[in-house]
Amino acid sequence: MRHTISVLVENKFGVLTRVAGLFSGRGYNIDTLNVAPTADPTASRMTIVTRGDDATLDQIVKQLNKLVDVIKVQDFREGEFVDRELVLVKVAVDSKTRAEVMQIADIFRAKIVDVQPKSLSIEVTGEESKVEKLLNLMKSFGVMDLTRTGKVALPRK
Amino acid sequence: MIKTSKKTTAKRAGERGPAMSGSEILVACLEREGVDTIFAYPGGASMEIHQALTRSKKIRTVLPRHEQGGAFAAGGYGRATGRAGVCMATSGPGATNLVSGIADAYMDSVPLIAITGQVPQAMIGKGAFQETDIYGMTLPIVKHSYLITDVNEIPRIVKEAFHLAQTGRPGPVLIDLPKNVQQARTQPIFPKEVHLRGYNPNKRASDLELNEIIGLIEKSERPLLYVGGGIITGNASEELRQFALATQIPVTTSIMGCGAFPETHSLSLRWLGMHGAAFANWAVSGEFAPRKNPADPPKKIAPGADLLLAFGVRFDDRVTGKVDKFCEGGTIVHIDIDASEINKNRKVNLPIVSDVKYALGRLVKMLDERPIEKKFTAWHRQVAAWKAKAPFGYVVSEEVMKSHHMRDHLKGREKEVILPQMAIEALYELSKGEAIITTGVGQHQMWSAQFYKFKHPRQLLTSAGLGAMGYGYPAALGAKVAFPDKQVVDIDGDGSFLMNVQELATAHIEKIAAKAIILNNQHLGMVMQWEDRFYAGNRGNTYLGDPKNRKQIYPDYVAVCKSFNVPCERVMYQKDLRPAIQRMLDANGPYVLDIIVPYTEHVLPFIPANRPVADMIWHV
Repeated sequence: MRHTISVLVENKFGVLTRVAGLFSGRGYNIDTLNVAPTADPTASRMTIVTRGDDATLDQIVKQLNKLVDVIKVQDFREGEFVDRELVLVKVAVDSKTRAEVMQIADIFRAKIVDVQPKSLSIEVTGEESKVEKLLNLMKSFGVMDLTRTGKVALPRK
Repeated sequence: MIKTSKKTTAKRAGERGPAMSGSEILVACLEREGVDTIFAYPGGASMEIHQALTRSKKIRTVLPRHEQGGAFAAGGYGRATGRAGVCMATSGPGATNLVSGIADAYMDSVPLIAITGQVPQAMIGKGAFQETDIYGMTLPIVKHSYLITDVNEIPRIVKEAFHLAQTGRPGPVLIDLPKNVQQARTQPIFPKEVHLRGYNPNKRASDLELNEIIGLIEKSERPLLYVGGGIITGNASEELRQFALATQIPVTTSIMGCGAFPETHSLSLRWLGMHGAAFANWAVSGEFAPRKNPADPPKKIAPGADLLLAFGVRFDDRVTGKVDKFCEGGTIVHIDIDASEINKNRKVNLPIVSDVKYALGRLVKMLDERPIEKKFTAWHRQVAAWKAKAPFGYVVSEEVMKSHHMRDHLKGREKEVILPQMAIEALYELSKGEAIITTGVGQHQMWSAQFYKFKHPRQLLTSAGLGAMGYGYPAALGAKVAFPDKQVVDIDGDGSFLMNVQELATAHIEKIAAKAIILNNQHLGMVMQWEDRFYAGNRGNTYLGDPKNRKQIYPDYVAVCKSFNVPCERVMYQKDLRPAIQRMLDANGPYVLDIIVPYTEHVLPFIPANRPVADMIWHV
């Protein structure tokens, strides 16, 4: 099962390695991982998306809680949180397809952040399904390069 | 919502000291933590600290002869006292030699502070001489660790390290200190308190949860306590004793829990698991009829516990065997201070995260006010019958009589053969059951736990989780340094003893009167036992003697010990056993007995790995 885990940690070196080690030590892959400071500069928030059986993930969450530098752990379930992801995608275009790509970007409220003779760079923000849809549409034009932030999430309550 | 914490950045109240070097600050911090002994081997990146230690009037620096010996000695000190044992090594190989000791402390929840010198910060990451990333290397085996980058941080970090190592579920904390930080000077501020917002060791069961336990006891017919190292590290032995007496519930322990409840008490079922008492294993999972064919379905002839009170335990695989058959059908209550132990190895019916000393103390109070009416008479009768049926025992078997050992060493005096179990029994009697026992790992470790009955917590110091051979003698040194007035005896195997044999020098030079009994069977006994059971006796590097000269005992421990100026006797015949043990116990300094025993003995009972109690081999 897919889990989105939010981890509030002390903003200190070594924390990321300790957190990642709990996953790698069990042979679990992290799908996405995002780390950045919070409103409190001494704390950072990590958002981790991973998949695995519930018992193992339950263990990982408990082990995360045990780390001295971890302040709080939340294992989000469906609907309890809002999440967003930011993606930068470079799409191959020529004079014929440029307008169509821009139109699709517009529908998704994505921004064109760079224009080159043979490519367009698009910035899109949104929840997972929206981002995936846009990326699917862009495939037919040719995705030249892609980078994504991974999911960031906050609890609703 | 996140509250911005100004407290964490503001300078907290503390005591300002005079200008000192980082090394001197570290030593001052250790003194403030009440450290009286440090096991430390110097090197280029830690000699600054040794220099500072020479000026300490409060700390005794014991020089082990190998960093691993130092780490195990600190572990022995930590296990024996409950206070953090402290070891130190230089960077690179010094640091890596500490790793087994740190892993042992992690597996068995031993309070340990491991300090490593590190190359100067400017050299880190450059492949400098004796550089190694010990911080990174030990991440999976520490409770927490620090790489100190600022001399002003030393007091806070040392205070936090001791707090973390000794509270909650204890464990090892590593402090890596680069040489330039050791040499930097500052006026330190020694903080009064520790502030760690991600760490809260104060967990307490609610009365609601505890009442539920009492309700379950009242409903049960066959309740059983299964307790472990948590009782010992949690200093809850007295509360456990009162609880067991008030409820009249029999007690079995894990090997980590030996001594948590007096093993001489009528309610004690000794310890359980792979080589534990048959009666303890039956009491948990029920007794099964012997099977002719392992493929036949198991037939239960008497049921085990219907209520298992698992306090301060972790359902280790050496305890449970096949885990879903462990107390199958019984109701299990699990109390542990570490939430991650809940439902880790075994799903339980009532999990409670709590300090076990608090929980048991509160339960005793509740039972005081409202005693349990039930007497569990039928259950006690059953348990007594099991105890009578399958006590720990041994016989001089046909196999022993026919063995090489008899032909090579005891020709004509076969009746005088000493079995390893006999030696431990004799030690138990002659030391009146009051000695602190340490062990290596293997058959002798299991026999030590079987034939020495532990009355007190912290009386058996053994590498149970990691199973580190070579643990016994250095751990005995650590315990003896902590308790110079107590008898400390390492019961060891010839394989394990050799792994840290150099610590005989530490014992002699530092005048640490730790004793050792080597149960010398010239083999790696436990692996050999598995070879006999599962590999048709094919020997895969398990013979430790000289294959060209089997009649001679090799190595000659009497000669080895002589070179270290440590007295040692070889004991071959039964008539010499007790007098030799008595001489060892009476000696004022370190003393070793090299007791030659047959290699043919197997540790019984034996539940093969990952098998249920139904598959237990227990007839001696």
